[in-house]
Amino acid sequence: MKTAVIVFPGSNCDRDIAVALEQVTGVKPAMIWHGETVLPDGIGLIALPGGFSYGDYLRCGAIAARSPIIAAIVAAADRGLPVLGICNGFQVLTEIGLLPGALMRNEGLDFVCRDVALTVENAQSAFTSRYAAGERVSFSVAHHDGNYVADSDMLDRLEGDGRVAFRYAERVNGSARQIAGVLNPAGNVLGMMPHPERKIEAAHGGTDGRRLFEGLLETVGA
Amino acid sequence: MKLSIFVTLKPGVLDPQGKAIHKALDGLGFSGVNDVRAGKLIELDVADDTSDTAIDEMCRKLLANTVIENYRIVRA
Repeated sequence: MKTAVIVFPGSNCDRDIAVALEQVTGVKPAMIWHGETVLPDGIGLIALPGGFSYGDYLRCGAIAARSPIIAAIVAAADRGLPVLGICNGFQVLTEIGLLPGALMRNEGLDFVCRDVALTVENAQSAFTSRYAAGERVSFSVAHHDGNYVADSDMLDRLEGDGRVAFRYAERVNGSARQIAGVLNPAGNVLGMMPHPERKIEAAHGGTDGRRLFEGLLETVGA
Repeated sequence: MKLSIFVTLKPGVLDPQGKAIHKALDGLGFSGVNDVRAGKLIELDVADDTSDTAIDEMCRKLLANTVIENYRIVRA
């Protein structure tokens, strides 16, 4: 499976996600600078990496969300291509409007950098098919602005439609209903604050993240 | 033309920064502070013939995230 990683000024997990994708798919991802306007042909996944694009100026992800490459990402997402936003990538996806809600400063104002327990809420999506619903997994988080907010109607809708992919199994950042990752209505866009790409090999202290990419590979096809 | 754009959190949106400022004020011994909400002031210098529509669009498309924020345009 060919994949693309979007690189913004200030991305800092682009290499991590590239290594994870290459390990699982066997193909080096195309690294796409945010100033480009076209995506490579034949890709099975677009990944928006973690980091601090534009130094988090204005709002996290706000300026990156207005990059030249975004129109191509939105068009691809509308066609059903899987799009994965991790950490800053999740913030960018909400700023684009591909995912609802917003990510605000953590409750307590602390930068949270540790492994956290998550519950897999939806094991049916292209991203989560290798997990069991209700399964407990451990991913790393490293963020200052991961406090998910949306109005209560939207939160009800997300829960009712099975669009909460992952939930924190502990209090991490004040997120509404402990939401750690959400899907778009079609299920092909996932945004999450925790980092699956940091749990790929045993040396990372766990391999729970690897199945997310293996599931994608299986669903999207080689 | 000089503009001040005030970006504030919508009522009901939790404001951890405002809370921390509130706590710090309490810590300094200032009593009677009922609530603190933190926002942003963005100053723009735009061409005199910039339309109201364009200014409003700048706010909606970039300066404020209307999911969580309100904005107010003040002409200096």
